[in-house]
Amino acid sequence: MTVFIIRRLMQALVVIFVMSLIVFFGVNVIGDPVDMLISPDADQAEIARTIAALGLDKPIGEQYLYFLGGIARGEFGNSFIFGEPALKLILQHMPATVELALVSIMMAIVLGIPLGLYAGLFPESAVSRGIMAVSILGFSLPTFWVGLMMIMLFAVYLGWLPSTGRGDTAVFLGIESSIWTRDGLSHLFMPALNLALTNISLVIRLTRAGVREAMHQDYIKFARAKGLSSRRVIGVHLLKNIMIPVITVLGLEVGNLLAFSVVTETIFAWPGMGKLLIDSLLQLDRPVVVAYLMIIVLFFVLINLLVDICYSLLDPRVRLKDQGS
Amino acid sequence: MYLKTLGVVLATTVSFTAMSAAAESLTIGLASEPTAMDPHFHNLGPNNAMSRHIFDRLILQDERQRLAPGLAVSWAPVDDLTWEFKLREGVKFHDGSDFNADDVVCTWERAPNVPNSPSSMGTYTKGKTVVKIDDYTVHFKTESPYPLMANDVSTISMISDEGGCQGTTAQFNDGTAAIGTGPFKYVSYTPGDSIVLERNPDYWGEASIWETVTFKPIKSGPARVAALLAGDVDMIAAVPTTDISTLAANDDLALSQGVSNRVIYLHLDHDRDASPFVKANGGGDIVNPLKKLEVRKAISMAINRDAIVDRVMEGVAIKAGQLLPEGFFGVSDKLAPVEYDPQGAKEMLAAAGYPDGFELTIHGPNDRYINDARIAEAIGQMLTRIGIKTQVETMPRSVYFGRASRGGPDNTPEFSFILVGWGAGSGEASSPLKSLIHTHDPSRGFGASNRGRYSNPEVDAVIEEALATVEDATRANLLAKATEMAIEDVAVIPTHYQVNTWAAKKGLKYVARTDEYTLAIGVVKE
Repeated sequence: MTVFIIRRLMQALVVIFVMSLIVFFGVNVIGDPVDMLISPDADQAEIARTIAALGLDKPIGEQYLYFLGGIARGEFGNSFIFGEPALKLILQHMPATVELALVSIMMAIVLGIPLGLYAGLFPESAVSRGIMAVSILGFSLPTFWVGLMMIMLFAVYLGWLPSTGRGDTAVFLGIESSIWTRDGLSHLFMPALNLALTNISLVIRLTRAGVREAMHQDYIKFARAKGLSSRRVIGVHLLKNIMIPVITVLGLEVGNLLAFSVVTETIFAWPGMGKLLIDSLLQLDRPVVVAYLMIIVLFFVLINLLVDICYSLLDPRVRLKDQGS
Repeated sequence: MYLKTLGVVLATTVSFTAMSAAAESLTIGLASEPTAMDPHFHNLGPNNAMSRHIFDRLILQDERQRLAPGLAVSWAPVDDLTWEFKLREGVKFHDGSDFNADDVVCTWERAPNVPNSPSSMGTYTKGKTVVKIDDYTVHFKTESPYPLMANDVSTISMISDEGGCQGTTAQFNDGTAAIGTGPFKYVSYTPGDSIVLERNPDYWGEASIWETVTFKPIKSGPARVAALLAGDVDMIAAVPTTDISTLAANDDLALSQGVSNRVIYLHLDHDRDASPFVKANGGGDIVNPLKKLEVRKAISMAINRDAIVDRVMEGVAIKAGQLLPEGFFGVSDKLAPVEYDPQGAKEMLAAAGYPDGFELTIHGPNDRYINDARIAEAIGQMLTRIGIKTQVETMPRSVYFGRASRGGPDNTPEFSFILVGWGAGSGEASSPLKSLIHTHDPSRGFGASNRGRYSNPEVDAVIEEALATVEDATRANLLAKATEMAIEDVAVIPTHYQVNTWAAKKGLKYVARTDEYTLAIGVVKE
């Protein structure tokens, strides 16, 4: 297993390197950040000074080498816009996004699995049909539209929840988060739900399909014949077997939520990484974009690794070994 | 009669007590966020607006960008190369230290030299040195006569020589160095989330009516409107034009509108004989027709400015005939917007030798100015109607401005016919004349945004004369004269001035500003 993990991390390094190449040159092709930064009042000398200060007067290849040199020293470079280290900016915005993603995944698990289980066990009931119909909506409605509708309903018309931003934070168990305060939770609810909608639907469908398939398997019949209670048959034997696809998908979705909750964060003005990414892209803040995407690649690699480890714990037939050797 | 009066009195009393109980704190939804709390870090609109709260300048710009005494009580040239500023006495910084000439001297040294600054304050400080005469008198010296001294000085926020001048941008962001003399004190700054300020009760001017002010950056237009409707913010800046009519009909809200210093105009290629985006009918090469005055006049006449204002801008704009709206220093009172005359335009085009027109591409941004892409499309259609078959290409500003300024060979402008805007930061006519109209001359800093490479030595001479004339009335005349010459020569084609819209809860009113700043001191109770 150690070899497996080490090899995975080596692969990650290669992927990260290729990513940095693509992003660095890609952002450069889009355009020139100088015009985003400089005051229109500035004269040509001032513009030239800014270009030189950002190192943009050098050939792009040289800029990339300089960037790699920085990486070797553990620096991603300074943000063009904020003048602060790109990594620091990303870390500053990370807690808000992590908390949003985790709460949203929790919603997907807590709502999705029971509903999917119900729909799988009683496929003909009207409630199940209702659940499935709503899950189709959850898939197909665009996030930004649902987000705006939720704001209109819960914030504007009903006035129950605040429409934008992150609420008060508090420190509990050494973690500063807005989930520890009432105000924080009320701010968190709508964006988390908005982000969770697709995943709730996904989990419902996966669970339902798994249950429908497993119910006819011999081991379930055998467990019933043995006289085990329904609760134990469903809660242990059935659930454990249908969890593998659900965990695979949720694992990948955590990565997606962390990296690309851009739309939701923009609509709810959530001060997270997604908003940082989109703002940086729009202003061509190359150091932040490159650093961000490199970190995200690392994230995905680690999540996949965790997913693989979870597999082996759930299903003893899966062994983590290097398939090449 | 008596009952009626009583009723009115009661109503006012009730509403007054309700207001004063509920509205001591103010929350504002901003469309764009400052990049730092360091007032000298980034010379950009949102930063300059935010720094007005915590810091003062020697001279303040009022809502029409007219100059008013700030930390200086008076200023005047003592000779051609020296301006004397008398400083306000008895002003204290938020930490209790006194404001005096030493603070001015050290501010002036720091402002252009902030490390990692993406756009420095050097634009305003260059060529000027400060000399302390006594504690409350300073002299600003230049190498040549410089009439815009007061305008430039009005852009620099004064910081303290005890702590502020040595502060790093990070220390301003975390508040340790963010100590000014302004109407508000720093409380907290969370990038992307909020900026919180509290009233400075010892302000030398009139103290603010707001005890605490919270700014929330909400970049998405619909989300900003929703936050206002939901009551999460008391006021928002930059109301999207599509929402203006809905919000105006809402009795719980009040809109504030005002013309800005920003003109939207078209720049044409005056320079190249073979301009890349001008083609003969059918796509063949053609000698650049935009160099002919008649063609430029025809284009200007073909633009239906009323239609742009009424339909594209939904009435929220003012049609333009020059580079700044009326009321600003140095504008001409002789220039009116060019009348819409498609027939005359066709005749003029024929007289210039293009009875069948030619092919043209208009380039413009699609996320920079209010409704910019739709304006470019409308102009494309209007020109096609007089025979200039016009294609429209719009792109994000991150792509557009680089190409428009330096996208061609040898860092020349890439396009032939572009839609751009210009906001006169100094609030007077030399700003657009110097940057847009004067011949492109990097060595002297002229024509930095002259993307059409217009060059007319006669106009240049008048602009330069104006910039060396300290006497106000003469300079205003010279600026107006230069503007008239440039507009008659159709150096650029102005279409309209932007009008900005703020929306607030009923009972609040924003004093609309021409510089597009959103300031808490401008929010008043009605």
